[in-house]
Amino acid sequence: MIRKTVANVKDALQGVEDGMTFMLGGFGLSGIPENAISELVRLNVKNLTCISNNAGVDDFGLGLLLQKKQIYKMVSSYVGENDEFERQMLSEELDVELIPQGTLAARCQAAQQGFPAIYTPAGYGTEVSQFKETREFDGKMYVLEKAFKADFAFVKAWKGDKAGNLIFKGTARNFNPLMCGAAKVTVVEVEELVEPGELDPNQIHIPGIFVQRIFEGKNYEKRIEKRTVRKVS
Amino acid sequence: MLDKEGIAKRIAKEVKDGYYVNLGIGIPTLVANFVRDDIEVEFQSENGILGMGPFPLEGEEDADLINAGKQTITALPGASFFDSAMSFGMIRGQHVDLTILGAMEVAENGDIANWKIPGKMVKGMGGAMDLVASAENIIVAMMHTNKAGDSKLLKKCSLPLTGVACVTKIVTNLAVIEVTKDGFKLLERAPGVSVEEIQKATEGKLLVEGDIPEMQL
Repeated sequence: MIRKTVANVKDALQGVEDGMTFMLGGFGLSGIPENAISELVRLNVKNLTCISNNAGVDDFGLGLLLQKKQIYKMVSSYVGENDEFERQMLSEELDVELIPQGTLAARCQAAQQGFPAIYTPAGYGTEVSQFKETREFDGKMYVLEKAFKADFAFVKAWKGDKAGNLIFKGTARNFNPLMCGAAKVTVVEVEELVEPGELDPNQIHIPGIFVQRIFEGKNYEKRIEKRTVRKVS
Repeated sequence: MLDKEGIAKRIAKEVKDGYYVNLGIGIPTLVANFVRDDIEVEFQSENGILGMGPFPLEGEEDADLINAGKQTITALPGASFFDSAMSFGMIRGQHVDLTILGAMEVAENGDIANWKIPGKMVKGMGGAMDLVASAENIIVAMMHTNKAGDSKLLKKCSLPLTGVACVTKIVTNLAVIEVTKDGFKLLERAPGVSVEEIQKATEGKLLVEGDIPEMQL
């Protein structure tokens, strides 16, 4: 067993500097690395490039970094529901690269698995494919999209063991498994950190080889962005 | 003329036994409420669930269980969760049978625009570009005209495209239309709506062949 544990979020983020590129898991506010984001706010690192499907809301998630103007560039697929984001984008304070959601996932996975690039049909014939190489396969057109390069990946899992093996929960899985091993350093925070052997190897979603640092997170808020309920019928 | 629920009700008739269906945000989400309960259908949400169920009961909401519109949902028996790469693998690999989404504009060749109004609104494409680039069966649910009364069924889209020549069918408050290589083919009229009214609200080429039946809801 190779131990991946660090004592706390402070140790987990050792080496984080201004100007770095980060990957952050989550879809909307579901499955975001809350502890890592709080620590990034505290460290006040600037000029960051953040690869994340969304940009949080005004006062939670990546919205906290936007408020402090720590982010120089966002790479995302959907950025609605964040007024400060929209303001910074329209006033050109913030550089934004919008890419299709499946392309975002594929570019993370390519980085994880050692592919320099992948071909996808998404975005062909739209402004997303401008200035990109395109190619025909069997009569259909595809766009060449490159693997991401990032310094840190910040991932949130449900459970993990000290060897870095991970299990995700529900739709909080989303981009998290794809970012593991896709950056130079993968930092994982879990709701529950257990001893090796406590997780069934058959149930592991991501093996520890893709993880450099793991710690048990604290004070999860797990905010719900759009609470929708039905009445008892 | 139909309201949003009416559009959803009509589209629900396109959902067939054994279909895996992806529903977009807005009117498409309502379609799930009107699908016959004597057929087997599974709803996919591209953030990572197959077998999506209705909204949870009050007090049973789970932050780890949402749909692509970020709404709290439930998982039905037989549901599965997966990561975003596998989710778009299902879509790109054409394992999803039917995609229903909204649009700001559709062109007579099947081009669709629904993600950006330059200088005004930029929310992003989310999964829409992946869906329209790969799905074989794409139904657009939208109002026939915009708030200013201008047609949304155009010769050519004026807004940045989401996908090229991909829409197969359009269901609006006025009509059911098939996108053919020759233009918009009128299939059905909404209750109480005349062919002339549909013609007037359609900027692109509208093909009218024979008697056009009224929709059965």
